[in-house]
Amino acid sequence: MPFSPKPPTTSSTRPCGLSRQHRITLGGLSLIPDLSGALIVPEFAALLVADLHLETGAAFARRGVHVPPYDSRASLALLEAVIATHRPRRLIFLGDTFHDGKGAARMDGADRARLKALTDGHDTIWITGNHDPEAPQGLSGSGVDSMALGPVTLRHIPSARLSQGFEIAGHLHPGATVVQRNVAVKRKCFIADQRRLIMPAFGSYTGALSVSSRAFKGLFEEETCQVWLTGTTMHAFPRSRVS
Amino acid sequence: MNTADQMLPEVFSRWFAQRGWQARPHQLAMLAHGLAGESALLISPTGGGKTLAGFLASLVELQQAHKTQGIHTLYVSPLKALAVDIARNLEAPIAEMGLAISVETRTGDTPHDRRQRQRRKPPDILITTPEQVSLLVADPEAGKLLAHVRCVILDELHALVPSKRGALLSLALTRIRAHAPAARLVGLSATVADEDALRAWLAPAGAAAVALVKGSAGAQPDIRILQSEERVPWAGHSARYAVPEIYAALKQAGLAIIFVNTRSQAERLFQDLWEANEDHLAIALHHGSLDIGQRRKVEAAMAAGRLRAVVATSTLDLGIDWGTVDLVIQVGAPKGSSRLLQRIGRANHRLDEPSRALLVPSNRFEVLECEAAALAAAENAQDTDYPAIMKLDVLAQHILGRAVAGPFFADDLYAEVTSAFTYRRLTRELFDQALDYVATGGYALKSYERYARLKRMSDGRWRLAHPRIGQQYRLNVGTIVESPMLKVRLASVKSRASRRVLTGGRVLGELEEYFLSQLAHGDTFLFSGEVLRFEGLDEFGALVTRAAGRDPMVPSYQGGRFPLSTYLAARVRAMLADPGQWQHLPAQVRDWLSVQKWKSVVPGASQMLVETFPRASKHYLVCYPFEGRLAQQTLGMLLTRRLERRGARPLGFVASEYALVIWTVADLSSLIARGRLSLAELFDEDMLGDDLEAWLSESALMKRTFRDAALIAGLIERRHPGKEKTGRQVTVNTDLIYDALRSHQPDHILLRAAWDDAASGLIDIHRLGELLRRIKGQIVHRALDQVSPLAVPVLLEIGRESIYGEAHDALLAEAADDLIDEAMRLV
Repeated sequence: MPFSPKPPTTSSTRPCGLSRQHRITLGGLSLIPDLSGALIVPEFAALLVADLHLETGAAFARRGVHVPPYDSRASLALLEAVIATHRPRRLIFLGDTFHDGKGAARMDGADRARLKALTDGHDTIWITGNHDPEAPQGLSGSGVDSMALGPVTLRHIPSARLSQGFEIAGHLHPGATVVQRNVAVKRKCFIADQRRLIMPAFGSYTGALSVSSRAFKGLFEEETCQVWLTGTTMHAFPRSRVS
Repeated sequence: MNTADQMLPEVFSRWFAQRGWQARPHQLAMLAHGLAGESALLISPTGGGKTLAGFLASLVELQQAHKTQGIHTLYVSPLKALAVDIARNLEAPIAEMGLAISVETRTGDTPHDRRQRQRRKPPDILITTPEQVSLLVADPEAGKLLAHVRCVILDELHALVPSKRGALLSLALTRIRAHAPAARLVGLSATVADEDALRAWLAPAGAAAVALVKGSAGAQPDIRILQSEERVPWAGHSARYAVPEIYAALKQAGLAIIFVNTRSQAERLFQDLWEANEDHLAIALHHGSLDIGQRRKVEAAMAAGRLRAVVATSTLDLGIDWGTVDLVIQVGAPKGSSRLLQRIGRANHRLDEPSRALLVPSNRFEVLECEAAALAAAENAQDTDYPAIMKLDVLAQHILGRAVAGPFFADDLYAEVTSAFTYRRLTRELFDQALDYVATGGYALKSYERYARLKRMSDGRWRLAHPRIGQQYRLNVGTIVESPMLKVRLASVKSRASRRVLTGGRVLGELEEYFLSQLAHGDTFLFSGEVLRFEGLDEFGALVTRAAGRDPMVPSYQGGRFPLSTYLAARVRAMLADPGQWQHLPAQVRDWLSVQKWKSVVPGASQMLVETFPRASKHYLVCYPFEGRLAQQTLGMLLTRRLERRGARPLGFVASEYALVIWTVADLSSLIARGRLSLAELFDEDMLGDDLEAWLSESALMKRTFRDAALIAGLIERRHPGKEKTGRQVTVNTDLIYDALRSHQPDHILLRAAWDDAASGLIDIHRLGELLRRIKGQIVHRALDQVSPLAVPVLLEIGRESIYGEAHDALLAEAADDLIDEAMRLV
């Protein structure tokens, strides 16, 4: 008799939560990377997320590629969970929150209501990105190109030459691979030296670009550069150990 | 003179006579079926005039005065390289008989203008591939193009039907039947275990199976197993010990093919032979990663008789004659009786002379496997391989193709699809789900209605929403999904301002991206017959330089591994259980088994032996299911979960083709003796329930399977060399899609498709289920003081194989700890 197993029905969401031993300091400002890819700034009660790329599914569907329309709700569910864990006062989107400029307008009603509940409940700042050059209409919060958080400047695209000061940026979707026992493990990651930090993409359909790729060239000082791999537990490595 | 003989027109009999031939009985039988308009299956070994047998009726029909109306005969071959050779072989008799019959080929390589011309002025006989047939039936002009088809010949049918390609072809055939109801099917196949399955496959569902014609069996093959003077290794897959003996054998042959199972074995053996090559014999290498031009050169050199030996993987399994091969050497386990027979058949295509083959086992278990395979091959016993059924991703592709051809009613298409043997049990509900998937993605959340690919017309028919979707379909047609590959280029090094500057040069071939991604700069590996040094990646692929020395640092990359067939596994178990059969084995292997009998036990044919023993502060459990690596890997994954729950603290496991070893912190022998651990419960079938679900939900194997299904079903687009848009926002990673679907719509049709594939493919649940049922009440346990002889091979694999499949966080933690150790070391 043929054996006919049932397809698995379990569900999961990406983990979120702090790992207490990991801290990143930039210009004296203490930052805590969260497993979800969000960044907590305790001194300002702020929570930063970069590159949500909401409504990616719909953008593909327009071209006839019907990837599941569940990316926005998955990203929002994760964002709700991180917010519930850390209870920040400020919510800062580091740009490319929507996959394209019309994303916010096209969003499904239920998803939009969830996002609105989050932005209404917090001081929200939309840093604009190359995919969403303006702050979304009809959602609370103010849109800016860049802003200062203490000594640190927040912007979407990392500046080519950081001659002075400190910076937190997104845009590049960093990811890193560790090879151990001939197995390559690839994760989204935070990458930082003493001057600059680039955040991983938070969006559920947003992949990762290797920190070895050309886009990262010249952005970090090799000796002090480190990466923090996200996933189920956070792991820190010197930049030289990963590819 | 029989009636079939009288059917042969004079010009044909004269042609046979001129060449000193006589039409063979199976050729005449095929002719009779063909002229009567009946479909038929011809089973015959290679070299029996099979191709001509398939074409004869078509040629006879076509030589009678005909107006060129359209394609009369479609010839479908699984290999595109074969199409050209078949055409050439067919053109010879046509020219010699002076027949006015046109023959053309059409493959993925056929230029656009020639395809256009073929549409305007179709040849009488078109030789093509399954993918091209799908494209033909999706042509809006298909009705006109195919209306005159009288015959469809399917070559190497045995190789096609168990795969998704076969499933797609079976659907395309339903379309041909719709356009040309009079068309008959001709299946050409090597010997198979279940002829009736192929006969049923060729007939419309519900109709009688097609007629069977058998060619005369060839002479018994002459199969020898290498009786080495050297010590046969306990483990591993390097046949290095036997290289002098292999070399001696091929020195005596005119042209030998040396088959191995993986590309890395091919590379290694090629290098070893080259070093032993004192006589400067022309030896070449042929495998799927090598540059295609390089492979064609090797084939041409074989045909021209310029080579003495070729080391090859399955790339030379199928196909026409490349010269007069007079010896086939199989290095490593044959894995299955049918595969071995197919490979042996490459030697000597004349039926009246025996094919000569030499089997070279690369370790002790493989000695058993070779012995069992040689006996099976001598009896011409085949592995059972059933046609693939109801692949839902393939169905989705076909539905889209149907829409590309023109509007359709769902009821009609359902009736047509279920007329294929492969889809005869498809329910209307599943069909509707597949249709819904093609139209709007099949999501519970109906947000893509406005982006639909198919739209409903006012008369109820479905049509393509936009012509662009037809273009997408044509670019993505087919079921062959290759893992992402990168080109490997030999770089030249220049020194500029005391810096090494690398410039990419000649392309050596392609390698899997996952293999290259785990190399560090400076790592050396074997490829294309050389030791190469990895220099890094550029935008075109990997850059390498030639490395000094002969031992590569990175051991191997796994290309083309086959699992041990169920049939052969059963024969190996039976041989092991019966000391009477050991007399055929080499003395050293006999001794190995005798010591096993004395120290532990040799299990009976229906039993499974489990041994537990301590070793170097750890405790080991070794079991011997003989069910192939895939099924045993799944078993290992599930057993470690269970042992974890029972407090045995497992540390890792490794599966070979024959055995599985798990090592733990807890003393397993003592747990079993005290009744704290029951082996019957540990190996109970219920592990295929929750444990399996929990593991699979995170499994990388499942994600890989899903990616293939998503590509075939057209959820995401294939990458096309040269047309790739690089950049991170353009493609969506299928792992992320998989996660989203699993959390939000676990009953989606593509998850179901992926699950069905994984169950019979990478995780081989079907086979594991059969194993667990087979060993119920048949587990023999021995608690030992030390490792047993039978356990040695799999224990030796521990260092070579990566641990514990997918404990990625454990690996990251280990990597981080290594750094701490390094940092804290005082010297």
